[in-house]
Amino acid sequence: MRFSISRWQCIAWSAGIILTLPLIFLIFESLIPDPEVFDHLWNTVLWDYTFNTFVLIFGVLALSCLIALPLGWLVAYCDFPGKKQFEWALMLPLAMPTYIIAYVYTDLLDYAGPVQIWLRSTFNWQNPDDYWFFDIRTLPGAIVMIALVLYPYLFLIFKTALREQSFKLVQASQLMGYSARQSFFKVSLPLARGSIVAALALIAMEAMADFATVNYFAVSTLTTAVYDTWLGYYSLTAAAKISGIMLLFVFMFLSIERFSRRNKAVHERGGVNNDAMLYTLSKRNGFLATLFCCVVLIFAFFIPVSILVGYAVSYFDQAWNSEFFIYAWQSLKLAAIVSFICVALSLFVVFNQRLSAKSIDLIPGRMASMGYALPGTVLAIAVLLPLSLLDDAVNQFVGQFMEEPGLIFSGTLVAITLAYVVRFYAISQGTIEASFTRISPSLDMASRSMGKTPGQTLSKIHFPLLRRGMLTAALLIFIECMKELPAALLLRPFDFETLATHVFQYVSDEQLELASISALFIVLVGLLPLYFITSSMESAKFEEESTNE
Amino acid sequence: MSDLLIEKLNFDYQGNKVIDNLSLTIGKNEIVCLLGASGCGKTTTLKAVAGLIEPSSGLISISNKTFNDKHVFVAPEKRNIGMMFQDYALFPHLTVAQNIGYGLLDKNKKVKSERITEMLSLVKLEGLGERYPHQLSGGQQQRVAIARALAYKPSILLLDEPFSNIDHQVRFQLIEDIRRIIKDQQVSAIFVTHSKDEAFAFSDKLAIMHEGKIIQQGTAKELFYQPKAKMVAEFLGQGIYIDAQYLGDSKFKTLLGKVRSTQEIDGDKQNGSLYIRPQHISLKPKSTVVAENSVTILSKRFMGTRYIYRIGISDQEIEIASTDDGQFDHGDQVDLNILPHPVNFFIN
Repeated sequence: MRFSISRWQCIAWSAGIILTLPLIFLIFESLIPDPEVFDHLWNTVLWDYTFNTFVLIFGVLALSCLIALPLGWLVAYCDFPGKKQFEWALMLPLAMPTYIIAYVYTDLLDYAGPVQIWLRSTFNWQNPDDYWFFDIRTLPGAIVMIALVLYPYLFLIFKTALREQSFKLVQASQLMGYSARQSFFKVSLPLARGSIVAALALIAMEAMADFATVNYFAVSTLTTAVYDTWLGYYSLTAAAKISGIMLLFVFMFLSIERFSRRNKAVHERGGVNNDAMLYTLSKRNGFLATLFCCVVLIFAFFIPVSILVGYAVSYFDQAWNSEFFIYAWQSLKLAAIVSFICVALSLFVVFNQRLSAKSIDLIPGRMASMGYALPGTVLAIAVLLPLSLLDDAVNQFVGQFMEEPGLIFSGTLVAITLAYVVRFYAISQGTIEASFTRISPSLDMASRSMGKTPGQTLSKIHFPLLRRGMLTAALLIFIECMKELPAALLLRPFDFETLATHVFQYVSDEQLELASISALFIVLVGLLPLYFITSSMESAKFEEESTNE
Repeated sequence: MSDLLIEKLNFDYQGNKVIDNLSLTIGKNEIVCLLGASGCGKTTTLKAVAGLIEPSSGLISISNKTFNDKHVFVAPEKRNIGMMFQDYALFPHLTVAQNIGYGLLDKNKKVKSERITEMLSLVKLEGLGERYPHQLSGGQQQRVAIARALAYKPSILLLDEPFSNIDHQVRFQLIEDIRRIIKDQQVSAIFVTHSKDEAFAFSDKLAIMHEGKIIQQGTAKELFYQPKAKMVAEFLGQGIYIDAQYLGDSKFKTLLGKVRSTQEIDGDKQNGSLYIRPQHISLKPKSTVVAENSVTILSKRFMGTRYIYRIGISDQEIEIASTDDGQFDHGDQVDLNILPHPVNFFIN
């Protein structure tokens, strides 16, 4: 056999290596001893931080299960008033950044907030000693806030898993004498176990990565530790070491996720999708189901949004200002650039995968996708490491001939762009891979046998057929970029703000009212994928039907 | 237009020999069928000819132009090969006319559209050029696929199970149509299938493949009546083996009585076995004489135009169609008679 490297392999492998470099640098940096800062942290607060992180993660997981599992079962198998609407509405909280929901509830529930004022006036209490009221700005408070916005992952995955199971299994179980509840625990739940564990691993990673809530609630976790170590002690090595601990967690969650998916093919095959509902709930139970859905939705979405709208209306003159437009424009621009880079790179990487029959060419895509698991703060440190090294080298070299150019990589938009691409590349890789598999390989062969080169096949056949997939990927990445906070906080250049960092600063200053329009804008943009995913599901169904004719 | 030559072709995949030292030649305007069970390497062979996979070793040449050997591997787009796929591989975002014109390179618009019109009328799809593939029936899609593969006058046409998605009722009509089109265009073709009936109907010559090797090649008649291996005989139709002794003069002695062959038998008096197909067996009511050829009816099925009897013969079972009025029943003893036919004799 002849050995040769194609153009496509060059592009794919370069992308894979560049996007993996930050992680590699981080791992090496975390192995360098740093007696001063890290040993100090190790001997004092690090164990508390780790413990808090643990409690936070498991609290969020438990609460997410309590909310999402019943919701998923109700929506998948039962018929009750408003079910069709709840199916998508229950996904809405996903659009809510944690720093906004945390701020809103603090404002609502603290001593000077409307709830306590109302309680005091109703019961005639005079001061805090007269009554007990919980403090939202605590670790349990953070758990509730984060679970309220992360439960939709479990809800969506569990609901889909239930739908993919054949209703006939549950029907068979009932014919054999088990009640609806027993059938759920004996059949549906065990069958969906793999999906549930995978969803929980995802939620665990997101919960660990959360920076805004714990920072705002002054709960110290590993995420805030990374942030403080870098901005407080300026020790990249110590920050990298803490990041290393978080990486171990991430690795654990990823392995659990992989492991739980391993058996999926065996256990969850033969999904028959029929729209027939399994249970029609009685009037009373139907009402209770509707009530439960409403309560979750009201707390997780409608209260925060209406309060934001309230702020926006009463503080319109201050919030509707040039800052909003400048930062919105900067955010949109950054998000658009990142989406474009991610989609273009993954198009080439996945195309190379398809072109090459060798499994070794799967590696660049897998490597480049690892960044998705990095928490924002960890990612920021990881990106700074190679870029500051590069800056040093460039400055040293150029400094021999002329004035040093300064931090042209780590101090500019390059850093934040690279960080976002590393973090969100996996989204486009996954989406475009899925779109590619829907194109029959025989189309490639047909095009090649008719005299078209791989490049011509890509542009004439794949590109038009992948348009929808690429658009979906770009949109999903765009929205994630708009929401991403911790990496932006650490990496943004001196005079640069995204909407998220802008909003978060006002949150930290307890003045969200003044940035309420920006906050609403972030929420609205976050709602787009929900609409888009629902409508593209519908049209995918339509396409399937039209090809089956 | 061209002769295809494959010599000592090998393809290894993850330690398995998918193609094992395969050699094959195809003459001018000849349609050759690679026939075999799934996984026997027939589609892989097709892909190697097209250049869609790179063989481990071996020679492939068309019209004396080498496409593959130790030093050369020509990319698929430079081979001028037409290929028709099992799922037709019509580009869903292009119209029928654009699909047919896809392979017409470097031609001016007028020549191109003339050729497209010509191809549309060849496959009797006049006026459907502006439709999209999903607006056509399965049979129409298939005709677009053949038009597309022939439009740029390929030096050879490869067909990968093209009829497997077609309803049984119209399949043989389509096979006839497409065979006529290929013969009209005077192009040689390799056709891959696992169906003996399609292979017999479509091709001039057959090559039976098994585990990456060609076991035997020849015309349908040759393979059917002179199989060189048991595998070939079995693949071309159900049957049973009975021990037989060759007595000379085209006569055999078996435990079911004497069998006469209607074709010459090579060789001397030897022991071996005969492969007997159901159509060469007839059943008769049991005679009073104790006959060595008496068998038991194991089951009986009414099929409308005929009855199917399942009988057992020395540990083997076979189903025999009979146009009688269902005279035998489960458990009946009947006399079995082997009719004179061109026998398949395998020497032990």
